Amino acid sequence: MLTIDNLSATVADKPILKGLSLNINAGEIHAIMGPNGAGKSTLGYTLGGRPGYEVTGGSVDFDGQDLLALEPHERAATGLFLGFQYPVEIPGVSNLQFLREALNAQRKVHGEEPLSGAAFIKLAKEQAGLLRFDMDMLKRPVNVGFSGGEKKRAEMVQMGILAPKLAILDETDSGLDIDALRICGEGINAIMRGPDKAVLLITHYQRLLDYVKPDFVHVLAGGRIVKSGGAELALQLEEHGYEAVAA
Amino acid sequence: MASLALPTRKDEAYRYADLAALAPLWPLAVQEIRVAAGATDALAITARSDAAEARELLITLEDGASFDLRVLNAGHAYGRIAVTAVLGRGASFHFGAAQLGGGTQTLEIVTEVRHLQPDAVSRQVVRSVLGGQATGTYLGKVHVARGAIGTDGEQSIRAMLLNRTATANARPELEIYADDVKCAHGCAVGELDPQGLFYLQSRGLPPAEAKKLMLHAFIAEAFVGAPDSEALTEAALAGLENLL
Ligand SMILES: Nc1ncnc2c1ncn2[C@@H]1O[C@H](COP(=O)(O)OP(=O)(O)OP(=O)(O)O)[C@@H](O)[C@H]1O
Ligand SMILES: [Mg+2]
Repeated sequence: MLTIDNLSATVADKPILKGLSLNINAGEIHAIMGPNGAGKSTLGYTLGGRPGYEVTGGSVDFDGQDLLALEPHERAATGLFLGFQYPVEIPGVSNLQFLREALNAQRKVHGEEPLSGAAFIKLAKEQAGLLRFDMDMLKRPVNVGFSGGEKKRAEMVQMGILAPKLAILDETDSGLDIDALRICGEGINAIMRGPDKAVLLITHYQRLLDYVKPDFVHVLAGGRIVKSGGAELALQLEEHGYEAVAA
Repeated sequence: MASLALPTRKDEAYRYADLAALAPLWPLAVQEIRVAAGATDALAITARSDAAEARELLITLEDGASFDLRVLNAGHAYGRIAVTAVLGRGASFHFGAAQLGGGTQTLEIVTEVRHLQPDAVSRQVVRSVLGGQATGTYLGKVHVARGAIGTDGEQSIRAMLLNRTATANARPELEIYADDVKCAHGCAVGELDPQGLFYLQSRGLPPAEAKKLMLHAFIAEAFVGAPDSEALTEAALAGLENLL
């Protein structure tokens, strides 16, 4: 589904990704771990097409398309969803309005009719219910005044509504309380487990991986993948640290 | 108020005006509005024509009167709206304006709110969206006369530049001759938050749609609480289409 080949990228002229390669097949869950500043969020932003993240080498194929040639909104319509480490607040723009327009923009690309107001509200209620997220909060402006954990949960509701093929979730677990962690973990499974879907989880801790069991775990350090393994690698890392395991 | 001679740039209130566009409209007829003591009234002005427009309003609020004035300054040529409001004791004046301009247009809103008696309240919210090489100006004076104690005046002025080639002038001004008054102004010129734009785009909104959504929210602030806020915001949105 996603093939990243030898990807290099700079931020503010500073090389951050330095020849990163990674292959994710449909139906797989991958986890990326790695020290602070290793380039994990940079990988997510580069794949999402954030301005300022300049690709200096390599290629990314997403379902047969050259992902890097697409605009951010086209990447979304192709089925990519980026969960932000720090979700952005947008004053005055309601979650429901924004998500309905975003979903309908994606549907338009696929030649589908826009979802009616009623059908959209039904979908939003279902997805909010799955994440035990208050519908009233979805009427409020995007992320404004949400607590850290509420922002992360709101993003999972967004993911449920937009139903992507590939979700890159950047520290979705940070800021979540114990119950919210379980609810989000189960939400990720409900939304993203499937033969034609895949997930790339960026995380620092095993705790989310207890709920969303990864098929592969990778260590990202110094802008490239330095070690890959199965679910047990995360446990080793937690026990022994990066220096011992990935040196 | 309107005099017969065409103003020059030396006139403070015309400092940024498009005098060539103003000349054929000169002299301006002053539209006078009087709100009787204790009465409530409202007016919404929408300037959306292709020709230059300049308006001059003189609003007198008697004691305890309220007036709600909203303006959408979004024509396709020079657009000027000048408002003088004279407030009696305990009067309440609410002014909300949005101006949307592109090309080489000049748009301006000039206000003078005169608190002549105690305990009057004035609120001004002005939101400008400027693209191309447009110039958008707000000149607003709040005058508090001697003895007008308990005055409460607020100006919230913000402009959003869609290009670096657009210009915003914002000059809120306080002229206070009384003690015990509460006057505040906030003034900011900025650009759309690129992080917010990327966030919206990352969910599938094309750039123009994402900008429109954010600008919609920005403009709506000028029309909050208006009797016909929905209609005004819709009209403003239609004006935005031309800018993006
Ligand atoms: N705008 C920027 N200008 C300069 N350097 C930047 C900028 N953005 C990110 N960086 C640098 O890029 C490097 C990688 O950052 P990134 O956010 O990808 O790390 P990370 O692996 O996600 O870390 P964490 O675990 O702390 O979230 C860091 O050294 C960071 O300081
Ligand atoms: Mg990060």
